[in-house]
Amino acid sequence: MTPTDPHSLDPLSLKKGAAEPSDETDARLRVSRREVLQLAGGAASLAAVPGAWAQTPTSPGSGPAAATRVRLTVNGEPQHLDIDPRQSLLDVLRETLDLTGTKKGCNQGACGACTVLLNGKRIVSCLTLAAMQDGASVETIEGLAKGNRLHPLQAAFVEHDGLQCGFCTPGQIMSGVGCIAEGHARSPEEIQFWMSGNICRCGAYPGIVAAVADAAGRA
Amino acid sequence: MLPFVLEKARSAEEAIERAAAGARYIAGGTTLVDLMREEVERPERLIDINTLPLSGIREEGGELVIGALARMAEVAADADVQRLQPLIAESLIEGASPQLRNMASIGGNLLQRVRCPYFRMLDVGCNKRTPGSGCAALNGLNAGHAILGTSDHCVATHPSDLAVALVALDATMRVRGPQGERSFPVEDLFRLPGDTPHLEHTLLPGELIVEVRVPGSDHSRRARYLKVRDRASYEFALVSTAAALVIENGVIRQARLAVGGVGTKPWRLRDCEAALAGRKPEKRVFEEAAKLAIQGARPLQHNHYKLELLPRTIVRALELTGEVA
Amino acid sequence: MTVNVIGNPLPRVDGHAKVTGSARYAADFNQPGQAYAVIVSATVGLGRITGIDAKAVQQMPGVIAVISHLNAPRLAYRPHKAGVDPAVGERLHVLQDDRVRFYGEPVAVVVAETFDQAERAAAALRVTYTAERPIVDPSDPKSQPIVAEATLRPEAFVHADTSRGEADRVLAGATIKVDTTYDIARENHNPMEPHATVAAWKGDRLTLWSKSQYVVNERAEIAAVFGVPVENVQVICPFIGGAFGTSLRTWPHVTLAALAAMQTKRPVKLVLTRKQMFFTTGHRPRTVQRVALSVTPDGKLTSLIHEGAGETSRYEQFIEALTSATGHMYSCPNARTRYRLLPFDTGTSVFMRGPGEASGIFALECALDDLSYAVGIDPIELRRRNEPRIDEGENKPFSSRSLMKCYEAGAERFGWSRRNPKPRSMRDGRLLIGMGVASATYPAWQSPASARVRLLASGVAEVEAAASDMGPGTYTSMTQVAAETLGLPMDQVRFSLGRSDFPPTPSHGGSWTMASVGSAIRAACIAVQEMVAARAIADQRSPLFGASLDGVEWNEGRLRRRGDTSAGQPYRDIVARAGRPIEADASTQRDPEVAGRYSMHAFGAVFAEVAIDPDVGTIRVRRALGTYGAGRIVNPRLAKSQCTGGMIGGIGMALMERTALDLRDGRPVNAHMADYLMPVNLDIPELDAHFVDEVDPHVNPLGVKGLGEIALVGMAPAIANAVFHATGKRVRNLPIRIEDVLTA
Ligand SMILES: Cc1cc2nc3c(=O)[nH]c(=O)nc-3n(C[C@H](O)[C@H](O)[C@H](O)COP(=O)(O)OP(=O)(O)OC[C@H]3O[C@@H](n4cnc5c(N)ncnc54)[C@H](O)[C@@H]3O)c2cc1C
Ligand code: FES
Ligand code: FES
Repeated sequence: MTPTDPHSLDPLSLKKGAAEPSDETDARLRVSRREVLQLAGGAASLAAVPGAWAQTPTSPGSGPAAATRVRLTVNGEPQHLDIDPRQSLLDVLRETLDLTGTKKGCNQGACGACTVLLNGKRIVSCLTLAAMQDGASVETIEGLAKGNRLHPLQAAFVEHDGLQCGFCTPGQIMSGVGCIAEGHARSPEEIQFWMSGNICRCGAYPGIVAAVADAAGRA
Repeated sequence: MLPFVLEKARSAEEAIERAAAGARYIAGGTTLVDLMREEVERPERLIDINTLPLSGIREEGGELVIGALARMAEVAADADVQRLQPLIAESLIEGASPQLRNMASIGGNLLQRVRCPYFRMLDVGCNKRTPGSGCAALNGLNAGHAILGTSDHCVATHPSDLAVALVALDATMRVRGPQGERSFPVEDLFRLPGDTPHLEHTLLPGELIVEVRVPGSDHSRRARYLKVRDRASYEFALVSTAAALVIENGVIRQARLAVGGVGTKPWRLRDCEAALAGRKPEKRVFEEAAKLAIQGARPLQHNHYKLELLPRTIVRALELTGEVA
Repeated sequence: MTVNVIGNPLPRVDGHAKVTGSARYAADFNQPGQAYAVIVSATVGLGRITGIDAKAVQQMPGVIAVISHLNAPRLAYRPHKAGVDPAVGERLHVLQDDRVRFYGEPVAVVVAETFDQAERAAAALRVTYTAERPIVDPSDPKSQPIVAEATLRPEAFVHADTSRGEADRVLAGATIKVDTTYDIARENHNPMEPHATVAAWKGDRLTLWSKSQYVVNERAEIAAVFGVPVENVQVICPFIGGAFGTSLRTWPHVTLAALAAMQTKRPVKLVLTRKQMFFTTGHRPRTVQRVALSVTPDGKLTSLIHEGAGETSRYEQFIEALTSATGHMYSCPNARTRYRLLPFDTGTSVFMRGPGEASGIFALECALDDLSYAVGIDPIELRRRNEPRIDEGENKPFSSRSLMKCYEAGAERFGWSRRNPKPRSMRDGRLLIGMGVASATYPAWQSPASARVRLLASGVAEVEAAASDMGPGTYTSMTQVAAETLGLPMDQVRFSLGRSDFPPTPSHGGSWTMASVGSAIRAACIAVQEMVAARAIADQRSPLFGASLDGVEWNEGRLRRRGDTSAGQPYRDIVARAGRPIEADASTQRDPEVAGRYSMHAFGAVFAEVAIDPDVGTIRVRRALGTYGAGRIVNPRLAKSQCTGGMIGGIGMALMERTALDLRDGRPVNAHMADYLMPVNLDIPELDAHFVDEVDPHVNPLGVKGLGEIALVGMAPAIANAVFHATGKRVRNLPIRIEDVLTA
């Protein structure tokens, strides 16, 4: 009775060596890279055009029932958008502006993954109607680093390994920035209490606390 | 979410007029947007009241006045609140999460809807959501449900922590409607479900909560909020207690007790208060009084433990008032 | 001299991407012209669909398509199974008939221009049913345990029945014994990232940006479902926002995304709601177990019986290693195990972190703790007295086993000697303090895997494998393996994963990624080095010309003659001279002969201290320590993170997690992030993970055993044992909640 691996592949034979890259491989890789780059660039440039994504192709008669115009300043950049009043700030960021760094974990206010700073305060963007935020300024994870220089809290997250899968991380970091600004990062216990609105299923909490404490100490 | 029309309130009068005609106020949106997305709430018109000047927090002749649009976080952090009514600050920071507290308003907090899971399920009966459709929780999973104030039509608890503190402190609220202003005790805002659980509060159509007023009293210093739950934070109460004692010459002159997580509304315990008055602040006395809390309680299949947990939480909260500096 | 990168606590190579929001997860791959799909889930627990009123919804703003069994094409559903799929049974065929097999089964998918429109339209779709009462609970009189067919196969990883000696007879005659039952709640993985797929067809070619722990199989599965050649499907998943097993299989929503894209001829994004993640993406099965043990007065086990059953669906027999570890944990002449399934009207269960062991070891280790009190011997000492010399279940030596070393190191670090053995004897002020301990184990698997290494003229090495990284640090640890093997600095190695056209690897689960993919990458690195060396040796212009293959070595990007301290030749020159990148593929698997010879497992000892409020019953873990013997630790920083993360998962399992079903229709009632409790930051105490030195020459060339699963195993029983020590009350159900200890 030899146990076999519960989910093993068909055994692969040990083959080693001589595969020089074929042109096929090369071409494929080049194409796929370009695709990815184009997509990112395309989305970014669309987002920069006022209202461009709000008028994404719609089928006849489906036009935003009552499109609302909002002006937001997102990471320092003014955005004029025509949006469906139902859209959450989270969906506007992710789907309209293609700022996908902010994550949707529950869409119910119960996880903190969508945390951003709204007029300087940390909030959950999934329960925020974008249409109610005309004139507001929003800071997301994408706007935190200055060029290639990470924000001290971002650097601390890497240094203290305050992340694993990374999915809660943008929310944790934005929440941590808020937490430090509020003056709620004076001890590990205090940080734990004030960072409990961000669930990390990977359980990176010890590193998260260390990172916030470290950045708070330097701030 | 159903489509709706969103308007910004330009003045209280206008907002009230619209609301009286059927529009809904929206403040922080943490209850409303959540439930609209589930289509439990289906307003056709929303009035964004955040433009109204209702967010101040101030002291007026020893009374603490909290504007309806003040955010939970602001109120909890406010120096006057911490000085005059630390119980309120404590009840606030034990609720929700820092992010939600930055969004959620005091008025919205009092009017938040129940957390009964069946309330959110459009495919089961819920008399609160759809009058006459039955109550799925009665014979369903009801470990989190109420044991006090229930009826055969609804057994959901009122979820607010703040409301428990306010009810204990004899807070009043000022509201403004098409017919003008009125004030009444916060306790009177909430209705028992009876056979009309869809009617949750006593506001008249269009009435706007303007502010909450907490009278100054000797209770404020020895007051604690204890919230018991399986997770250390970011969870609604299984049982909570707001307790305040006035002690003179080693004897309880007056006690204030209200509990959450067990009642269909924030539950004031006047019998227990009476049982404490004139007695020594000691565990035995607390225990005797706390026993009265479960008089008339009606446990459901899965929440018998609350009969045990409620008195213990009360006792512990009373003990904690002694630990206040 | 090699660069010593293996064993270094290096920071994550993908850390920058993750802290700046540039790491892209499935739902982040917005496509131009993309439409949105939302699934409509069945609202009965068993029955048939009698009507779908699609007409009204079709007219709603933005709606592009309403797809249900009434209009969906019949899909090929060619036979296809991978190891992640149950061996017996047939996967759910979605939108192919009018049957509803369980609450929440997809009955339609609505596609619209915007997310809000799709969500609205999905909510508006009226579906009518006939409904029957489903069976979803072991206490249901109609629930009957069955033997899983796969557990009768000799090579199975869990067996329906095993027996040595005469356990029942010995137990019956024993005087010091325990005989106990356990009930562990169903758990949902609840990763932070919801399942998501963005699907785009170009002609008959399909690209899926899809959350998957197994991109090569997702590709094969979707090709089989749609009846298209495997090469026509590409699955891309560079980042996974946690999965813990829930993305091992390709679930129906992936098919629905591809189907929606096919029917609408648009790229389609489909993201499950948090609630839907409780329906069709698997769960840790609810289990009911019995463990009976007897001992001699001096603590030698005389009999050991472990019986258990786990829930599965009616259409697939999901099995996990519930009773598998029992045979090798302790020395006992009379031992018997039994494993059964409870088929319910629910979706199929799936592996969840520490599958099988997490639940089985809970029962075994709690029973052992009970026994320690029954016989009056310290729990660690009791385990020491029953430490086996070989795997008595398999009758094989262990490739390595450090359990007692873990206990010794752990007891010392944790301060076990400060524990007063008497239950309810330790206090801190008002609080009752309890200390508990339990063993952990998980098999050291290795699965066949392959990898590719490409050396570029720039000096960079590109490494590719179809592997995944759901958080343990695959990107980093594989980069380390390649850097060390090639003798290159970390920043000269670029490791890519998560594409189905990369060299195939096994699923990212079972704690075997390091062993499997790491071994393949190491082999590919060696292969490419040999190719480069061969070129240099044959090149008259090279300083290595004429050397023997064995006579060259690799150091910091250069080849040189062995023992020669001069510079040698930078390999990039060799590559440049070749005029094109030099590339090698390699595939590796564990030598079957070695695999048959040894019993290979990681072991650990987990310590927990709890504080219980005797008045209101709150239970908080105050500190915990896991000590593990898991072979070589490639990156101590990430390994520690992974272990404390697993321990936190164990805290959730012990004290919070339960998917509660309404027996009337089988619906998960707490399918909500605020109602399905998982630990938050404030719940987490001082945690420590420690690794004992362990050199295992047999498991694989890297000497690694894997950590992801064992980190969760053992935590829950350590906590349950601590709760008993604190209160004197034994709670045999998980999770242990306030209501369980209130009256202790
Ligand atoms: C995950 C989660 C966890 C939570 N945990 C807790 C907890 O532990 N404890 C707790 O107490 N709460 C908790 N909450 C609830 C939260 O506190 C409430 O949602 C919030 O206080 C509501 O305030 P709001 O301003 O966002 O209200 P809104 O959503 O804007 O409004 C709620 C209701 O109040 C009405 N309304 C608002 N303002 C006024 C006014 N001035 N006059 C008249 N009517 C008005 C609205 O019409 C609406 O019906 C939690 C919420 C979430 C999502
Ligand atoms: S996505 Fe907003 S809190 Fe979870
Ligand atoms: S890092 Fe994965 S959820 Fe926090």
